Amino acid sequence: MGPLYVYDIISENANFFFAFLIGIGFGFVLEINGFSSSRRLAGMFYGYDTTVLKVFFTAAIVGAVGLLFMSLFNWIDLSSIYINPTFLWSTLGGGAIMGAGFILGGYCPGTSVCAASIGKLDALAFVGGIFIGIFIFTEGFPLWENFYNAKYLGSPVLSEYLGSSRGVLTLLMILVALGMFWIGEWAEKRFARDDYKLNQK
Amino acid sequence: MKQKKYMNPYVGGVLLGLVLIMAFWISGRGLGASGASKSVVVTAVKTIAPKHVENTAFYIDYMESHPKPMKSWLVFQMLGVVVGGFLSGAIGGRLKFQVEKSPKITNRTRIIFAVLGGILFGLGSQLGRGCTSGSALTGMAVLSLSGFLSMAMIFGTAFALAYFARKLWI
Repeated sequence: MGPLYVYDIISENANFFFAFLIGIGFGFVLEINGFSSSRRLAGMFYGYDTTVLKVFFTAAIVGAVGLLFMSLFNWIDLSSIYINPTFLWSTLGGGAIMGAGFILGGYCPGTSVCAASIGKLDALAFVGGIFIGIFIFTEGFPLWENFYNAKYLGSPVLSEYLGSSRGVLTLLMILVALGMFWIGEWAEKRFARDDYKLNQK
Repeated sequence: MKQKKYMNPYVGGVLLGLVLIMAFWISGRGLGASGASKSVVVTAVKTIAPKHVENTAFYIDYMESHPKPMKSWLVFQMLGVVVGGFLSGAIGGRLKFQVEKSPKITNRTRIIFAVLGGILFGLGSQLGRGCTSGSALTGMAVLSLSGFLSMAMIFGTAFALAYFARKLWI
């Protein structure tokens, strides 16, 4: 029965060791899919390379379906999995600021560390920027404390919120993702560029 | 050394999903990236200005809930990301010091915007309680409302601003 750590099957130190191994898997998969390339990541927003969309949504679906099946077979206790809380305004505001950072910087935090690990200096600069950004947040906290904690909705899952079941929502997610994959494949042909060949077979 | 081709993105997505499931099954939590940077920042501030940390409400609260900021799941996971990324880059022949950018801009412009983007992402990830990994990807896999909202806002805003930033990329 999982999660192993939550059920005291593994110790805290073992949990940290597994975190390291999981990180190796995470970094390896990001890199081997080209998430260490800012031009590939930014390509998503100009249509010339939609790898991010394909990898990201395939992973989210596999994660959601995997959790459903594992809970069905009693391999994992879904109630002990951390669910991100929703503070409506800061979730929306933070997301918008991150989106701006994404299009200007070409990375997100995980991909920038991955890209820096293979020698991308622009990624290293991005990582430096992240530290500055977090420092601004921690030092200026009283300024946005109210905004940060406003409109707390608890930790709802979307299916409950919509009065639906996990299964139906997951199925809906799969259908939406398939539609987006189709658009992505179309966009890569429509917006192909002569100076960018990473996604050419 | 000739660069090897990247993986098929759908296969890559399945593998990333499996890594995510292992994290849920072993540790009861998903992947994340920005949390480890916060541990580093707080630890750095504490080392350089211990008095400041003792006298500032935010740091007092943080140290109470994270007595040893560097001994955290996300820090170990991010160390793994560095190793995993390096290994894949080594196998694929992609280890190289370089500034990656559109041919139309200078290295200097690219670095300036990379720092600026990092600052915004760092600030936004704190307000949003997680970044693309922790809030959007993991949040969507557990079907959390905030995961879907984060995903929509991050990608939606980036799309909305793409036109204005186009000279950086195309």
